[in-house]
Amino acid sequence: MSNALVTDKRPSTLRAASLPKWTPYAIAAGSLALGIGISAAADLHSKIQWGLIAAILFVLGTYGIAARVEGRRQAKDRVATSLVWVAFLVALIPLVSLVWVTISRGVKVLNVYFLTHSMGVVADSEPGGGIYHAIIGSLEQVGLATLIGAPIGVMTAIYLVEYGRGRLASAVTFFVDVMTGIPSIVAGLFILSLMLIFKMQPFGFAGSLALAILMMPVVVRSTEEMLKLVPNELREASLALGVPKWRTILKVVLPTSIGGITTGIMLAIARIAGETAPVLLLVFGNPFINNNPFEGAQASLPLYIYQQYSQSAGANAAYDRAWAASLTLIAFVMILNLVARGIARWKAPKAGR
Amino acid sequence: MDISTQTTDASPPTPEPSVAQLKGNARGATRPGDRIFLGLSRGSGILLLVIMAAIAVFLTYRASLAISKDHGNFLTTFEWNTNLTPPSFGIAVLAFGTVVSSIIAMALAVPVAVAIALFLTHYAPRKLSGPIAYVIDLLAAVPSIVYGLWGALILVPHMQGLYGWLNDYLGWTGIFSWDGGAPRAMLTVGILLAIMILPIITNVSREVFRQVPRMHEEAALALGATRWEVVRMSVLPFGRSGVISASMLGLGRALGETMAVATVLSPSYDIQASLLDPGGGTFAQNIASKFGEATEQGRDALIASGLVLFVITLLVNGAARAIIARRKEYSGANA
Amino acid sequence: MAKRIDVSGLTAYYGSHKAIEDISMTVEPRSVTAFIGPSGCGKSTFLRTLNRMHEVTPGGRVEGKVLLDDEDLYGAGVDPVSVRREVGMVFQRPNPFPTMSIFENVAAGLRLNGSYKKAQLNDIVEKSLKGANLWNEVKDRLNKPGSGLSGGQQQRLCIARAIAVEPKVLLMDEPCSALDPISTLAIEDLIGELKERFTIVIVTHNMQQAARVSDRTAFFNLAAVGQPGRLIEIDDTERIFSNPSVQATEDYISGRFG
Repeated sequence: MSNALVTDKRPSTLRAASLPKWTPYAIAAGSLALGIGISAAADLHSKIQWGLIAAILFVLGTYGIAARVEGRRQAKDRVATSLVWVAFLVALIPLVSLVWVTISRGVKVLNVYFLTHSMGVVADSEPGGGIYHAIIGSLEQVGLATLIGAPIGVMTAIYLVEYGRGRLASAVTFFVDVMTGIPSIVAGLFILSLMLIFKMQPFGFAGSLALAILMMPVVVRSTEEMLKLVPNELREASLALGVPKWRTILKVVLPTSIGGITTGIMLAIARIAGETAPVLLLVFGNPFINNNPFEGAQASLPLYIYQQYSQSAGANAAYDRAWAASLTLIAFVMILNLVARGIARWKAPKAGR
Repeated sequence: MDISTQTTDASPPTPEPSVAQLKGNARGATRPGDRIFLGLSRGSGILLLVIMAAIAVFLTYRASLAISKDHGNFLTTFEWNTNLTPPSFGIAVLAFGTVVSSIIAMALAVPVAVAIALFLTHYAPRKLSGPIAYVIDLLAAVPSIVYGLWGALILVPHMQGLYGWLNDYLGWTGIFSWDGGAPRAMLTVGILLAIMILPIITNVSREVFRQVPRMHEEAALALGATRWEVVRMSVLPFGRSGVISASMLGLGRALGETMAVATVLSPSYDIQASLLDPGGGTFAQNIASKFGEATEQGRDALIASGLVLFVITLLVNGAARAIIARRKEYSGANA
Repeated sequence: MAKRIDVSGLTAYYGSHKAIEDISMTVEPRSVTAFIGPSGCGKSTFLRTLNRMHEVTPGGRVEGKVLLDDEDLYGAGVDPVSVRREVGMVFQRPNPFPTMSIFENVAAGLRLNGSYKKAQLNDIVEKSLKGANLWNEVKDRLNKPGSGLSGGQQQRLCIARAIAVEPKVLLMDEPCSALDPISTLAIEDLIGELKERFTIVIVTHNMQQAARVSDRTAFFNLAAVGQPGRLIEIDDTERIFSNPSVQATEDYISGRFG
């Protein structure tokens, strides 16, 4: 059967019957039409189901048709190809929806007033109010967390790469890995247990401590990577000039890898800026502006989103504020990401290993 | 990021003298500057260890306070009543919910993530795969609370149809029967978690698939393998342990995810066979939801449940690392 | 079962870069044809066009005809996968599948092409390993991973894997360049035996090797760096090495350049 299309006198082993190039598109169109038809006939409402039925028809149809014409191996190959495409397209739906909804609903109330006013006495079900207090809280908490987490992270990485040998170094390496996997809520609970012991009330800096714990392992990992990329010749050249080791690290090693280290820190900041759970436990939330992170409850952007959603009992005004705050948060995180990646590309170490 | 870590670990920079030899200079550090700098950097490393130890110690201490007062059995009790005297609470429902939602998430996310990773490395047009990989990178950075908001306001209404459909055709299995309540049960949570961990699993798997040596793929091609057969013969076997560790990373995320679950799930302190009816909560979600009303005693109980979550994630991450370590051993053999 | 190859007017590109230009030659069945020439002259590229592996490289593209016993490999409706079944290939560096055992490596190609009974599979694997002069060394550890063998053994394993599917032509891309002299000798002996059954084309940097193993030799060269490689001449090996008809060939062989 595989020789069906061959017109030579003798059977060919090279030619195999193959479907024309447009076949996948035709099958896709056919299964989409059939999927919609079946769904309409069966009175299914959700477009998700329509799509799923069409996708299943597409895969089955591809296999059936290809197996008949091209043989089983080719059919399997085609099914794998179509499954991979379907997986990609299916995964695209929620992710596109997420981005689209956040932007389209976020811009509704996002304006200068929204960014420069707090919730104050605005009731959750009423329109109005803003996220100024949450932005202040987020900036202070994340800023303090960075001031604690980034230096410790970078110094630990320096220890591991430049000095670390023996059991202490391998213990640190191991526990950095372990720390990477700590759920954010557990870091929050740890600080909470300290606050319970010392009978403290929620305040912004407590949140910073939990965020710093989450940030450290990320900074250690990325800094380690960057320091390892610095060629040993540079260190040797400096040491050979009689420069002490600590000055070699400060003046030669760090400047060489500063781009990558900055990128790593910014990505870590982007990650902790979106954390809600520890802030919920430790900072508690506050509709008023509190500029002092060391005393009294504060707000933060992710926490604000959560509270607008959960405490508003379905008021549309609160949902609008939640989306607008989400858009602000995503914009902040994405800008950090893009700038960080820009720096990484711009400052990429030229010397490969 | 973890994968790049692992490759550099596998092949440390070799130029002579190695970093290790240069490190030897630290021993003879007698200059004050050197000593201070070494002290600072070593101190940071030690501080990290102290923090880890403190987390374990303080969580255990507060947890033991709570468990000693617990009138129920901490492991098997269904309810979570910490404000009673005596309090009665247990993690049975939470453990159930955490495991079930994570299993659903893994079952959905891993195959799709592997497929997308293959799509990006072996199927997509090259012009397309670069930008898509970049976007997926960015999606991994979207804060979980935004996924939670999207899940609660957009995904949940869309689940109504799927729930009804599953109930109609698969309701007889018991797993997919539905009493018609709001579709805020384990299945929805599992799907949302799957969407959330998809980018991270995809990214790590893509890195692994990209590292498959070209010569292994060409070996399969030269034997007359189709594209799928190349993937099956050389790409998947090479990437298997990498995919497993990527999945473990995703699992770690899913187990500890708090806000997305807290916004989407309507918890119930009961275990249901059906994934569509309210049954179960998760450790993290329960902490976030119960925290507001908890007294000091209640907070200790929540800390106790958090300790269990901590141990579970440690085990999962440990398993992932063990797999990575094993992979190092034999993948170097022929590289 | 060995087949003749007739190439006419073959040009291959990497993207917009022309790697080889207008090559025509005939490769006789049941013989060894060696390709020699300086680095970058396109002999490996040309080899890879003979089983359509060139187009696997991103941007790889081919013009011209390659006839395998009168059938054009690049004709319409020809399936590259079937081409590679007919024209096997051995690579520069031994590349056994790292996760498969020795047995599975040899059986890999067979498994792709339908189901075999266990006994049948055993026979073919044994025959192929014997054909690759490897059987005696590995018969007691067929279930061990192929990556545990020495480099020379790995390369013979790859040859066994290639001949297990009974190709008509065997292409070898510098098969000994990663091996020590003793392993190289083993492979060269093997090539001498294999030419009874297959048409063999071998790319080599080593002119003594070309002289030792091949019946015919083709010399490739390029006018300048960045220019496409061309076939300068192809003739009986003896003639190429004693009395070539082109001056450039003589210069290359006598070591005056390249």
